[in-house]
Amino acid sequence: MSSILYDAQGPRAKRRNIVFTVVFLAAFAALLWWVLSTLNDKGQLEWFLWKPFFTSGEPWSTYIWPGLQNTLKAAALSVIIALPLGALFGIARLSDHAWIRVPAGIVVEFFRAIPVLVLMIFGLALFAEYTSVSSDDRPLYAVVTGLVLYNASVLAEIVRAGILSLPKGQAEGAMAIGLRKNQAMRLVLLPQAVTAMLPAIVSQLVVIVKDTALGGAVLTFPELLAAANTMSGYYGANVIASLTVVSVLFIALNFALTSFASWLEARLRRSKRSTGAVLGADDVDDLNAGEVGGAQKTGTGGTA
Amino acid sequence: MFDFLEDYDLLGAFWTTVQLAVLSAVGSLVWGTLLAAMRVGPVPLMRGFGTAYVNIVRNIPLTVIILFTSLGLSQTLGINLGADDFETINFRLAVLGLILYTSAFVCEALRSGINTVPVGQAEAARALGLSFNQVLGQVVLPQAFRSSVGPLANVLIALIKNTTVAAAIGVAEAALLMKEMIENEAQLLLISAVIAVGFVILTLPTGLFFGWVGKKVAVKR
Repeated sequence: MSSILYDAQGPRAKRRNIVFTVVFLAAFAALLWWVLSTLNDKGQLEWFLWKPFFTSGEPWSTYIWPGLQNTLKAAALSVIIALPLGALFGIARLSDHAWIRVPAGIVVEFFRAIPVLVLMIFGLALFAEYTSVSSDDRPLYAVVTGLVLYNASVLAEIVRAGILSLPKGQAEGAMAIGLRKNQAMRLVLLPQAVTAMLPAIVSQLVVIVKDTALGGAVLTFPELLAAANTMSGYYGANVIASLTVVSVLFIALNFALTSFASWLEARLRRSKRSTGAVLGADDVDDLNAGEVGGAQKTGTGGTA
Repeated sequence: MFDFLEDYDLLGAFWTTVQLAVLSAVGSLVWGTLLAAMRVGPVPLMRGFGTAYVNIVRNIPLTVIILFTSLGLSQTLGINLGADDFETINFRLAVLGLILYTSAFVCEALRSGINTVPVGQAEAARALGLSFNQVLGQVVLPQAFRSSVGPLANVLIALIKNTTVAAAIGVAEAALLMKEMIENEAQLLLISAVIAVGFVILTLPTGLFFGWVGKKVAVKR
């Protein structure tokens, strides 16, 4: 859409663009030079700090792979537990009965308004005080608890938005052939809404993967980021090198998920068999904020 | 029942949370607007930079960015953002990390706002002989800001919740105080409820207020 702002460029505009390009490049190069020379001054570019990652499998097999496994484990557990919970609350919020709809709404809005870290800290203390979960397992339990409480409520909004994004005729048609409310939801609306929601759910996975890092930094959960910490201690305080490698892994993992989500979204929008309702990545950003009025507009936002 | 709260600086902790949020919000609005301008501009190199920045930063956990500022920038490279004492250094580093992260989302919110401006308006502005800067600054961006109040408010609410990540580098905000209180007092549910309600008080009115503002200023089309 960027081209709406400027015309095909004439000779003067082209010259000016070249000037801008050169100035920007110079500024960027200066910044890069400053970063690299500062790193060099502090001895952070020494080869022995970076060597372990390139010349041996040891850092990968001892630190990074186990960390990545824990990150993926926490993310997978969270989404597996949060999805059905979210579906339940999402449907409950659409109920005709106020005594179901209102409490479900309060629960969902409450957990969406609270930071995940607060929920994780709560989970850690909860398992320490009231359960017999061993102290080794507690961080994982706490991370998953925090992620489930938060993401179930975001997924509930995704489910709700997915169902609301279906054309009205779907429910009306189901009623017209004599299906009950619960049959219409189960047999007609939900299966189509699941298709519409898929890209949004994949995008939400990115949020979950990113939030597992909180467990590493604050709750001593041995995930990828925490692995970088112990790793840099072992390889002679190569903090910058370790964090860079871990960041690249996070970016690669999440970028793959993001790309998959947008591929899925494009594919679903193209396909003739669905109703054309698709919830994309942009909707997920809105839902993650936890704003009260935010969800209503999302219902129509995704339709193509 | 609430006696123990007198031993802790609850309001102070939430005040730090608010300060983190406000300073980061202003910073990321500025840097995010610049990024958005780069992404829709005519210079390919700047467009590429904007796109790369947004895609990279959005996919890194905020925790990693904030730890990077502390362990990398401050402790390894000795860049302390002009502060001397531990507390101020970490506060400023947290604000820097939050700005770097949040501006990517501000940029995307603004870009979606720019996309709502009808093509005809930009064409008309160009036909009048306005330059790219004039088209963007006087015709498109003012309308884009008005129609992206909603998405920007969502970014702000997410930012308020994200300030808790500063606990990872020891900034004395609400989440860190919660951790400390839970360790010292046997009042888990009460403490959690107080902190949770604190965040609800911060985020809920923000959402309602900006929802109202968004409706008021939206360009009717």
